Amino acid sequence: MTSTSVRRHKATGLVVLLAGLVTTGIGYAAVTSTAEASVPQASQGQLDQGHQIFLEGCATCHGLAAQGSSDGPSLIGVGAAAVDFQVSTGRMPLAAPDNQAPQKAVVYTADQISALAAYVASLGPGPSIPSASDVSTTDAELAEGGVLFRTNCAQCHNFAGRGGALSDGKYAPSMMNATPTQMYEAMLTGPQNMPVFNDKTMPPAQKQAIIKYIKNLQQAQAPGGLALGSYGPVTEGVFIWTAGIGALLAAAVWIGAKVR
Amino acid sequence: MSVIVKEVGRALGRADERLPVASGLKKNLRKVFPDHWSFMLGEIALYSFLILLLTGVYLTIFFKPSMTDVVYHGSYQPLVGVPMTEAYSSALGISFDVRGGLLIRQIHHWAALFFMAAMMVHMFRIFFTGAFRKPREFNWIIGGSMILIGLLEGFAGYSLPDDLLSGVGVRIVAGIVESIPIVGTYLLFFIFGGQYPGTDFIPRLYTFHVLLVPGILLASVGLHLVLVFYHKHTQYPGPGRTNENVVGFPLFPVYTAKAGGFFFVVFGVTVLISALVTINPIWAYGPYVPDQVTAGSQPDWYIGFVDGALRAFPSWESQFWGHTWSWNIFLPCVVLPGLMVTALLAYPFIESWVTGDTGEHHLLDRPRNAATRTSLGAMAIAFYGVLVINGANDIIAAAFNLSINQLTWFTRIGIFIIPPLVFLSTHRFCMGLQRRDRELLLHGRESGQILRLPHGEFIEIHTPISDDQKAVILSKRDIAPLAIPAATDQNGVATPGLAGKKIRAKLSGFFFQDNVARPSAAEIEAAHHHAHEVHDHEITELHEAGKQAPSQLTD
Amino acid sequence: MSNSHGTDLNVHAATGDEPVFPLPPHHHRLTDTDPRAAKRAERQIATMFILSALGMVGFVVAYVMVPTTSYLDLGPVGVLQTSNLLLGLTFGTATLLIGVAAIHWAKKLMADEEIIDHRHPVGSTDEDREEALAAFNAGVAESGFAERPLLRRTLIAALALFPIPLIVLLKDMGPLPGDSLRHTIWRKGSRIVIDVSGQPLRPEDMSVGSLVSASPADLNDIQEAEGNQNARAKASIILVRMKPGEIVSEQGEGWSYQGILAFSKICTHVGCPIALYQQRTHHLLCPCHQSTFDLADSGAVVFGPAARRMPQLPITVDNEGYLVAQSDFHEPVGPSFWERP
Repeated sequence: MTSTSVRRHKATGLVVLLAGLVTTGIGYAAVTSTAEASVPQASQGQLDQGHQIFLEGCATCHGLAAQGSSDGPSLIGVGAAAVDFQVSTGRMPLAAPDNQAPQKAVVYTADQISALAAYVASLGPGPSIPSASDVSTTDAELAEGGVLFRTNCAQCHNFAGRGGALSDGKYAPSMMNATPTQMYEAMLTGPQNMPVFNDKTMPPAQKQAIIKYIKNLQQAQAPGGLALGSYGPVTEGVFIWTAGIGALLAAAVWIGAKVR
Repeated sequence: MSVIVKEVGRALGRADERLPVASGLKKNLRKVFPDHWSFMLGEIALYSFLILLLTGVYLTIFFKPSMTDVVYHGSYQPLVGVPMTEAYSSALGISFDVRGGLLIRQIHHWAALFFMAAMMVHMFRIFFTGAFRKPREFNWIIGGSMILIGLLEGFAGYSLPDDLLSGVGVRIVAGIVESIPIVGTYLLFFIFGGQYPGTDFIPRLYTFHVLLVPGILLASVGLHLVLVFYHKHTQYPGPGRTNENVVGFPLFPVYTAKAGGFFFVVFGVTVLISALVTINPIWAYGPYVPDQVTAGSQPDWYIGFVDGALRAFPSWESQFWGHTWSWNIFLPCVVLPGLMVTALLAYPFIESWVTGDTGEHHLLDRPRNAATRTSLGAMAIAFYGVLVINGANDIIAAAFNLSINQLTWFTRIGIFIIPPLVFLSTHRFCMGLQRRDRELLLHGRESGQILRLPHGEFIEIHTPISDDQKAVILSKRDIAPLAIPAATDQNGVATPGLAGKKIRAKLSGFFFQDNVARPSAAEIEAAHHHAHEVHDHEITELHEAGKQAPSQLTD
Repeated sequence: MSNSHGTDLNVHAATGDEPVFPLPPHHHRLTDTDPRAAKRAERQIATMFILSALGMVGFVVAYVMVPTTSYLDLGPVGVLQTSNLLLGLTFGTATLLIGVAAIHWAKKLMADEEIIDHRHPVGSTDEDREEALAAFNAGVAESGFAERPLLRRTLIAALALFPIPLIVLLKDMGPLPGDSLRHTIWRKGSRIVIDVSGQPLRPEDMSVGSLVSASPADLNDIQEAEGNQNARAKASIILVRMKPGEIVSEQGEGWSYQGILAFSKICTHVGCPIALYQQRTHHLLCPCHQSTFDLADSGAVVFGPAARRMPQLPITVDNEGYLVAQSDFHEPVGPSFWERP
């Protein structure tokens, strides 16, 4: 919430590079390295299983060597995180091409998904699946997460994470059923039209704060009562014109009705 | 009981020696009000206004209209430690740290939505029954103005908490002010005390919201009611109801109980809604920061039509003489609402000019009998409705998986097509009802009983309608449209203002087009006579009932 | 029926064609004829009044017993503030019962025979009008208003100027705009920092598809000095990165840096902050009125009511490798205004 002051000094190229490392934060440098562009560790058996699944379920659109086609982008270098997000939310494999891939029932088991992810990760370096400690929110600041959420997420996903419309039938989905891992992966990889929030522009600690805030939103806090979908004044207006005015009109009809 | 009467009588006597209350009470305690559910709609608005005054005063005790920066340390955890304005912080305090504060805030906001919705529904009733006609045109203007003033008041209240949603709304208003030619930029700086957002706006808006506008509204409400009282309430046509009387129940005790009771019903329903349904969860929006925004940024529903127009308007802007004309903002947000309000307020005068009707009207029209007025009203509602729906196009797109771009184009085209279609279909519908009324008077109601005549013909027996129904149907007044004036009078002198008179006559013809004339007494007599002749000898036992009707119509 | 005009209230009778239907006879209610039904209604009404009183007591109990920090999990409805729920239910029900009971009383037990009141024309009688006019004329004559045009005209002149001081006083409601809407606090070399964290940014920190909400490094100091958010309301920007080949049109040479582009975050329509960046299409959508800008094409308007493209901030890197502004925006940011050339 406050800007950190930046050290300025004249320096040679090497010192500039070092200074950059300092300011981006040594504290989370270790975490960063695990979540981004790490070399996958997977058994040959897993890679073979992943390759098999890829050929059956993905190659039609993404190409036999995952090089991409007119129907689907190249998967070389997208990393395990992107695969895990797309497949574990049911977005992939795609049922039919549309404005964007909708969430639907998950096709593969957890084992199959990790095998597939390992296979795609082996094709080129990309963000790996965040670990349990990456998505842990125990040390995260809820209020800071709120500020970050309103700065970076609310514009598309709405103030309560219920989603919203984008151009030409595209949309930012509701976050109500997303798991912390999926939230992290989405930020890391920028699925579909979502921008990328990599670990440099949004360090893991900030991602964890945002995840903590979204988890809080998922708990359906509704101090004032039924939240009407948390869509803002539109549903409130619909409510007053239907239930509200309806109830009072019914009362007025009762008052005006003749008694036998 | 007698004790009460004696005590009240004694108190009245003492009071009357100081102020002649008795003469006022004598006239008004038994003042007659006609009974109909649709006459209670204005009361919903009135009672919502009273609820707004009561709860508003309570909120002023705790609300701090200040844009000073503070850091929140209240009991709502997700915002602890977040910098915000004192206004937002105190609104959070009302919601989470004042006992009953959240309830009062929600009652205040729900009542505001009720107030605006009820005023509109009430206006629809007034319009479609022609209750705005002489001598009530001035009261129509007061009422219409109150909707406009209520809209401004509601927007001010929505903006005061300085949350992220309302802050974006204020930002939009600032943009609208900037679009006003010549004076816009200066107005912006005067309203905000400098550049947007500054630190003066919330305190200024607060005075506007709690003092200036409520004062104007209160005075308007008072005048509105005085005029209703003075003119005596209109009534629907029916047996015993004429333009010269008013039939109903006395103010005391029946209306005191019914209207007083209705106040508690409106209040109770508003409180129950506030207990069960969230409105404007300011805590969830977060504090206003000029570089944050939420998807689905919307105004409250009554501003929706302006927002809808703003969304649909094409991106027109022009440069003349080194200056910018923001047609894309100025036309939908300033000119269009201005025209809509002007048309609304002027309607009673336009209609009476077109029809040439200058008489006093206390008996209400049935909407079908003023088909053009009814269709114009329906058309206006359709126009307004399309704009309101477009104001929610992003929510609709998200909820029903549609494209915002297509919805916008739907509005851009539909705003020109849907209202005329609504006009035509309403007009046809009214004509159908008029023809049915005429049939009912002439031939009675189809009974569903089929008779076979001796020569093989099948007929359906028509039973005459009741006197109550006849009284209602016969309330229709057929007015001839104004005649198109001749270019010169019989002496060859040119008619002064001929063009204007011709336009007026044409409009008059339009207003009364396709009118289905109410049958005259002679026609009704003839129709019944004919019906009797046809089956006189076959169904003698049935025509006792039929005989009553024509005899009723001869006086 | 002929066209009926005029203020004559007896329009209908005058035409001689109007049937008259008398008020139908009054029908008695069950409560009028059956004392037991009346008693039953009385009991119902009294019960409602008693329940209402109990509800009000319940409200006070809830007020005293339930703190605002207590919450109640109602499953699908959500986690509700217990105090709001209980206070509202008790007070609302109790209030509603008063109303329902009073109306029930009026409908069932109060006399329900319709009575007739007569209307009189709204206007005054002709004599009254004449007398009023005479009184007014007498006043005009006595004042000399008509005979003394000098007094009349000077009075009108004085009254016409009377509101001017009241209007002039409003001038100090705000400073004059000057050229303040034309500039932001961006200037040559302003370092770009990420919103919220305040971290400066290197080009290599952004991936293709990245979106960063950012502001000038000195924004917080300026805000503190000015005591308002005016600087932020104009200086907010977003940074996006795309493949340099995807950029179809640029403002000029060197406005972007290695595919990183900086645009104002303030919509040119009516000023909403926009960050609905769709990284595949490079479209930026305003959540308020759906103006859509193509960031790959100089921020050109591709849909919606906005008339002006999104202003771009020319950026480069400083000698430490951080992204900085080359200058202020070359045009005013935010909505159009009259003085804008």
